Amino acid sequence: MTFEKFLFYVFAFVVIAAALMVITRRNPVHSALFLVVVFFNTAGLWMLAEAEFLAISLVLVYVGAVMVLFLFVIMMLDVDLAAMRAGFIRNLPVGIVVALLMLAEMVLVLSPSHFGLQKYAAPSPAPADYNNTAALGLSLFTEHLYALEIAAVILLVAMIAAIGLTLRKRPDTRRQVVSRQHMVKKKDRLKVIKMAAEEK
Amino acid sequence: MISLSEYLIVAALLFVISVAGIFINRKNLLVLLMCIELMLLAVNINFVAFSHFLGDVTGQVFVFFVLTVAAAEAAIGLAILIVLFRRRRTINVDDLNSLKG
Repeated sequence: MTFEKFLFYVFAFVVIAAALMVITRRNPVHSALFLVVVFFNTAGLWMLAEAEFLAISLVLVYVGAVMVLFLFVIMMLDVDLAAMRAGFIRNLPVGIVVALLMLAEMVLVLSPSHFGLQKYAAPSPAPADYNNTAALGLSLFTEHLYALEIAAVILLVAMIAAIGLTLRKRPDTRRQVVSRQHMVKKKDRLKVIKMAAEEK
Repeated sequence: MISLSEYLIVAALLFVISVAGIFINRKNLLVLLMCIELMLLAVNINFVAFSHFLGDVTGQVFVFFVLTVAAAEAAIGLAILIVLFRRRRTINVDDLNSLKG
């Protein structure tokens, strides 16, 4: 067994184990943290498949942005965890049966006799001066430029939609209005009262 | 050497685990969103593996777009979740029945 294969099995085992933890943990914070483990180890698998740019962007985008967003939302909401678990045991057999059925079908199709090394020989490692980022960028900005622009619009729409959905005005909060503070004149605030001096 | 079928079977396992997760966690909207992320990740592993074994960078370009859409989906999904929680004080899927006739 080569070192690469050993690494592949380590990453794959951790991915599967952590994914099982994601779906079985009682606390959503633990689920989210195990999901981070899944993303990290998948990035390792992608490194082994020579997709370096995507591996790094998976860590940056998912672990750095999406999972932080998840954790932020989980901790912001005060969720009743006990009620969430009510159907867990009842739905467990159905879930396991469906999962095993799908797994059996997929393994039949994806077995080594169809997708093994005899059918798809392992590609030779890329030369030392091969730049995955450059190759990806070349394809992205020439052949797939239109799709790239659509993706940019999708991100813009998502950003505006997320802000628009969660924005709320609270009429009862008292906040500073800086312009009104600046407009204040001395005569609006200060009143000089003439009165006779008092004696004790 | 690592064969293509090993990558595909890891991705299939991940996909199947997330399907099971949707079944057993069908009350908790947050974990459902996480299971969807896991499914998309499984699909992305397939794309990367085929891209590597067929020597075609287009598969990686597609993963790039799937990551973009998944990030947008997570952002909007969580925003809807927050609005829902503000109105109903719950994220239990069974309690979200106000449109039921």
